Amino acid sequence: MHKIESKNVNFYYGTNQALKDISLSIEKNTVTALIGPSGCGKSTYLRLFNRMNDLIDNTKLEGQILIDGVDIYAKSTNVDTLRKNVGMVFQKPNPFPKTIFENVAYGLRVNGVTDKKFIEERVINSIQQVALWDEVKDKLKKSAFELSGGQQQRLCIARALAIQPSVILMDEPTSALDPISTAKIEELVYELKDKYTIVIVTHNMQQAGRISDTTGFFYMGELIEFDQTKNIFTNPKEERTQNYITGRFG
Amino acid sequence: MKTNYKKFQEKFIEGLLMLSGTVTSLTVLLIVVFLFSEGLGVFNKKPIDDDFNLTIHAENRISKLSPSQVKNIFDQKIKNWKEVGGKDEKIILFKIDDISDFYTDDQLGKDFKNLSWCINDYIVKHRGVIAFFSKKYISKNFKGKILDVDKIKVSEFLSGDEWFPTARPVAQMGVKPLILGTLWVSLGAILIALPLGLAAAIYLSEIANSRIRNILKPLIELLAGIPSVVYGFFGLVIIVPLIQQLFNLPVGETALAGSVVLGIMALPTIITISEDAMRNTPRAMKEASLALGASKWQTIYKVVIPHSASGITAGAILGIGRAIGETMAVLMVTGNAAIIPTTLLEPVRTIPATIAAELGEAPNGGVHYQALFALGCILFIITLVINLLVEFVTKRKTLSKH
Repeated sequence: MHKIESKNVNFYYGTNQALKDISLSIEKNTVTALIGPSGCGKSTYLRLFNRMNDLIDNTKLEGQILIDGVDIYAKSTNVDTLRKNVGMVFQKPNPFPKTIFENVAYGLRVNGVTDKKFIEERVINSIQQVALWDEVKDKLKKSAFELSGGQQQRLCIARALAIQPSVILMDEPTSALDPISTAKIEELVYELKDKYTIVIVTHNMQQAGRISDTTGFFYMGELIEFDQTKNIFTNPKEERTQNYITGRFG
Repeated sequence: MKTNYKKFQEKFIEGLLMLSGTVTSLTVLLIVVFLFSEGLGVFNKKPIDDDFNLTIHAENRISKLSPSQVKNIFDQKIKNWKEVGGKDEKIILFKIDDISDFYTDDQLGKDFKNLSWCINDYIVKHRGVIAFFSKKYISKNFKGKILDVDKIKVSEFLSGDEWFPTARPVAQMGVKPLILGTLWVSLGAILIALPLGLAAAIYLSEIANSRIRNILKPLIELLAGIPSVVYGFFGLVIIVPLIQQLFNLPVGETALAGSVVLGIMALPTIITISEDAMRNTPRAMKEASLALGASKWQTIYKVVIPHSASGITAGAILGIGRAIGETMAVLMVTGNAAIIPTTLLEPVRTIPATIAAELGEAPNGGVHYQALFALGCILFIITLVINLLVEFVTKRKTLSKH
C-alpha cells in the first residue's frame, strides 16, 4: 500500500481551477519534492494533505486523497485527528508567542496530554531530534522569539514532531532562511526520512535534487512529470521539465 | 511663473491645514480651561444664598459653622450649642413662617411693616436662637449676630453623602452618591456588555462565514448610529416595565435598567474593536495551531484570544468610557434619585444626568451652577483616566510584539 495516494484531484478556488487531474502516489519513508514556478499549485496541493485548504472559503475538491488507504476527505474523517497524523512546517517560521518549551508542548496539550513528565520527555526528545537542544537547553523558559530565524524554523519542526505524526508536510521551509540554516534543515530532513514520510515544496531545485527521492514538477496546475529525482534531473521525459530545471523559465 | 504659483498654492494649503490643527487644539484647551475655572470656583463659595443670613443671639460664642453643622442643626440632629463648641444652651430654631405664633397681627403691623423689629426682638429675647431669613429684614439697629458659614471644602464635596443643591438654609453638595451611581451603572453595563460583546466578536471573526458576517457587521455598526434618546425611549417603554415585573419592584427605573440600556449601547464599540483585534491574529499563527491537531475552539482560546487580549481590553475600556459619559438614555431610565445605591435594583442618579437635568434651573454663576461644573470636571477626569488606560494597554501590545 502507498503511504499517500492522490486520485484525479481537481481543486477550485471559486471558479478558478487551481489543480487539474493530479494523480500520484508516495511511498512510506521517502522524501518527495514538489517543484515548479510560482502559482503552479504546488503549495495548494501540499495543503490538501492535511486539509488546510478547508480554512479558505469557497473552495471545491474533486477526486480522492488517501493516506494509509483512508480517504481523508470522507465524511467519517476527523480533521483534528488527521492533522495530528500529518504535521506541517510552514514557509516562514511561525512559533507561538510563548516560551520555547510551551511551543513544543502545545501540540501535546491541545491533544489532551496532561502527564507532566511525559510532556517534558517528549519536548526534550523532539528538540534533540532537530539538533536544537544544545542551543536552547538553557533558555527553555524564554520566548521563542528570542531565537534566530533558522532556530525558530527548527523549533517549528520540533513542534510538529512532538505529536509524532507519520507524515510531515513542508511548505518551502527554507525560503526565509540563510544558507547555513538551510543546510541544517536539509540535513535534518534527510535524517527524519527514517521515521517519517516527508513531502516538501521548494523553489530551490538544488535542494530538491539534494534531499528528495522522488520529485514532482508542477506547471499551471498540472503535474507535468513525477518520477525518481535522479531521472527528473538527469533525464526528464518532458521538454517543459527540462526547460525548468535548466533554468530556462520559472 | 507657473512653478511660483504652484509653490504658493502648496504653501497656502499647508497654512490652511496648520490653521485648522491649531484651532482645534486651542478649542479643546479652551473648553478644558473653561470647565475647570468654573468648576473650581465652587470651592471659593459659601453654600448659602447671597440674599439670606443666618443669625444668632449676640452673646453666642459661635461665629462660624460648617455647612453640615448648619444642616444638622436645622434637621434637629444637633440640639445643643455645646455640640458645636458653644455654651450649654438649647438650640431654638426660628423660621420666619412661624413669626405669627409669637407676635400678634397688631405687633407685626399692616403688611408686616414691623417684621424686622419683631425678628430683632425675638432674637434678643432668646439666647439659644438661630434664625434664617432674608437680608432685607435686618433692621438698622439689629442686635443679633450674623453667623458665618464655611466655604465648601473639596473633601466635603467629594465625600458628602447628600446632594441637595437647592436646600435651605445651606445647600448640600455631596457628590458621592452621584459618583457611585455613575460607577454602579457603568459597572453593570460592562458586566452585561463584555461577555455578550466578546461572544459576538468571536462568532463574527472566527465562526461565521463571510456571507453571515457581511450581513451582521453592518447591522452591529448601525447599532452605534442610533441616537441615544431612542435607546432611552426603548429602555423606558420595554426594559423598565420588564424589570419592574421581573423583580416585583415598586418602580422599574433602576440602576439595572440603566445598565441594560448602556450595555446595549456599548456593544458595538466592544464588538467592533475586539473583532478587529481578533481578525488581526496572524493567519500563520492560527494555521500553526490547527496543523498541530488543535480544534477550532482550542485555537480560538489558546491563540486568538491571547493574541487579541489588548484589543479586547481596549474595546472594553472604551465601552465603559461611552457608558460613563452617556447622558440622555440614563436620564430617562435610572430614576435619578441621588441616594447611595446598595443594589442594582434601586434608582440612581449619574453625573451626566445630574448636569443635564439641573443646569437649566441653576442660576448662572451661583453655587449650584458651579457645583455642576465641578461635576463636569470629575467626569472629565474619569474619562481622561480611561483614555490614558487605553493608550497604555495598546502601547504595551506594540512593545510585546518585538
